[in-house]
Amino acid sequence: MSNDKKTLADDLDLSGYREDAPEHAEIEDLSRLSPEDQQVLLMTGIDPTGKQRYGSFFQKDHTVVHCRTDFEGAEIMSVTAARKKYDGLKEYWGKLVPADKDVYTRRAEEHMEHGYYIRSLPGAQVRYPLQACLYLTEDKLAQDVHNIVIAEEASNLNIITGCATAPHVRSGLHVGVSEFYVKKGATLSFTMIHNWAEDMAVRPRSAVILEEGATYISNYICLVPARDLQMYPTAILKGKGSVATFHTVLLARPGSLMDVGSRVILQAAECRAEIISRAVSTGGKIIARGYISGEYPGVKAHLECKGLLLSKKGNIHAIPELEGKTLDLDMSHEAAVGKIAQEEIEYLMARGLSEQEATSLIIKGFLSLDIVGLPENLQNELQQMIDQTDTDAM
Amino acid sequence: MKNEYLFELKDFHVWVGEKEILKGLNLRIKQGSVHVIFGPNGSGKTTLLNAVMGFSGYRVTGQILFHGKDITRLPVNERARLGIGISFQRPPAIHGVKLRHLIATSAKTNGRLLDEYARKLNLVDFLERDVNVGFSGGEIKRAELLQLLLQDPDLIFLDEPESGVDLENIALIGEYTNHLLGKKLRPQEDKTMKELRREVSKSGLLITHTGHILNYVNADVGHILMGGRIACEANPQEMLNTLQECGFQECYRCFRKEEDHVKR
Repeated sequence: MSNDKKTLADDLDLSGYREDAPEHAEIEDLSRLSPEDQQVLLMTGIDPTGKQRYGSFFQKDHTVVHCRTDFEGAEIMSVTAARKKYDGLKEYWGKLVPADKDVYTRRAEEHMEHGYYIRSLPGAQVRYPLQACLYLTEDKLAQDVHNIVIAEEASNLNIITGCATAPHVRSGLHVGVSEFYVKKGATLSFTMIHNWAEDMAVRPRSAVILEEGATYISNYICLVPARDLQMYPTAILKGKGSVATFHTVLLARPGSLMDVGSRVILQAAECRAEIISRAVSTGGKIIARGYISGEYPGVKAHLECKGLLLSKKGNIHAIPELEGKTLDLDMSHEAAVGKIAQEEIEYLMARGLSEQEATSLIIKGFLSLDIVGLPENLQNELQQMIDQTDTDAM
Repeated sequence: MKNEYLFELKDFHVWVGEKEILKGLNLRIKQGSVHVIFGPNGSGKTTLLNAVMGFSGYRVTGQILFHGKDITRLPVNERARLGIGISFQRPPAIHGVKLRHLIATSAKTNGRLLDEYARKLNLVDFLERDVNVGFSGGEIKRAELLQLLLQDPDLIFLDEPESGVDLENIALIGEYTNHLLGKKLRPQEDKTMKELRREVSKSGLLITHTGHILNYVNADVGHILMGGRIACEANPQEMLNTLQECGFQECYRCFRKEEDHVKR
């Protein structure tokens, strides 16, 4: 895509990262992990007990150490295993995110340190989410993965992906190519939570394709510092009546650069899309992008981009873009960058909250998104995560 | 030493920017007493409550005493914590914060009582909604009342509690405003009404343009706020009757006479 050239910075110095990681032993049960690790996972949306999950995938550095599902309606395994089992996944591999797209996709192709493969079978209803975690435990390590997700016809698939670093890790590089196939009448809700060390560089490269009547709901949450995060996933609505929704929640602290957007291409009749982002900067820089391209008459799409700038050292740059390529489109956007209204703070103070408590409550409220179509327990988990975010430093 | 007055304003001046809005008010409210301030639009009624709560945007001189303590320079939340509550005329919407969550964070009492009051005020569904987001006039006022009932302050400021409220809602709002102010008591087996009255020692300062709320709320003392000054101290119902007959014109006449009197 033409605006990738502007977007994708090749400014990372990749020479400082280690390419080799020690092999790790298999873990039978994630609840056997150390309490510190489990705490990190919990804050990344991963439930170590697996109680409210239909299956789990856990990759530590370059080793897939745990993978299981009790649910017959879905498969979850390492993408390496899936390629062996399914003749290289030829139909899917590299079809949405070409390997030669940029320096990062080339890395992922070259290094191929696993990643997950998740597929729901036709008609399967996955009530509880499947969870996949990519965990970095070695400092200065580069982790390059490739993920494939397939929601077969008329299935309902629900995934939580958590990407995190162990408590002692300061820096590293995470590159993840992800390709999502949402087939006829299927619904995929994909929630990704990033929980990185302060000095991480992160380059996800994702694309989604939707067939007729398919629905894709993406939730992306990053409330912790990451030195340099850059992603701009694309959803291509190819099938009639398909719907895509992107929700993004970002909190950038001093020293963080988050260049995050969502891109939707509406190519068929009756397609709809919504991109909603909430960005809070307490000193970091956020570039909140959004791009909607209307390529078929009658499609509808809306882009909403709101930012709260809480420090004069911070910077929020909202770049909403709409491109109409045919007649009879209904596309709109709204963007706002501002501060917390004093009136709101004083209203809460009149109820007895201190200024800090009031500010924190308003920020957390700003970051909470009522996400339509998300299972209630997952919505509650996300809310808890936002509630537990330490806003005291703000 | 116990102070006879719960709340006192002494020579209270308020400026907004360069403009003096309130020009030296003196007001005293006894424990258990509810005062009403009538005033035409733009007379500074809301400014009075906002400045007394300590909201920003007002420059203040003089003294605010609560329980005999000078609170003139305290931050808003400390005034609230001491036992002052306010029902806003037009409160802001707080996106992403559920009404239940706000009350759980701010209120003294909670749990069963919250659900009970929410039911009585027809607000059960609203507990799970964002504070004031998309609420109608009546819903806003009921939500303010609900928050105050659980915050349980000793002194309650009510800013136009009837504005924007339809007839259906006003009776309910009146009933629970009375309840909040401890003005509606039912005899209990183990206590006489006299004892109950002594126990319920809530005080209130109610601001109203129309006075309709007085059909439902029992107030003890009425005042007029006009031209930045407080005048009159009288039976609020009688004052309302006069206002309804003659309008605020009558008060202007009265004011002018007083001012003439001062000049002489």
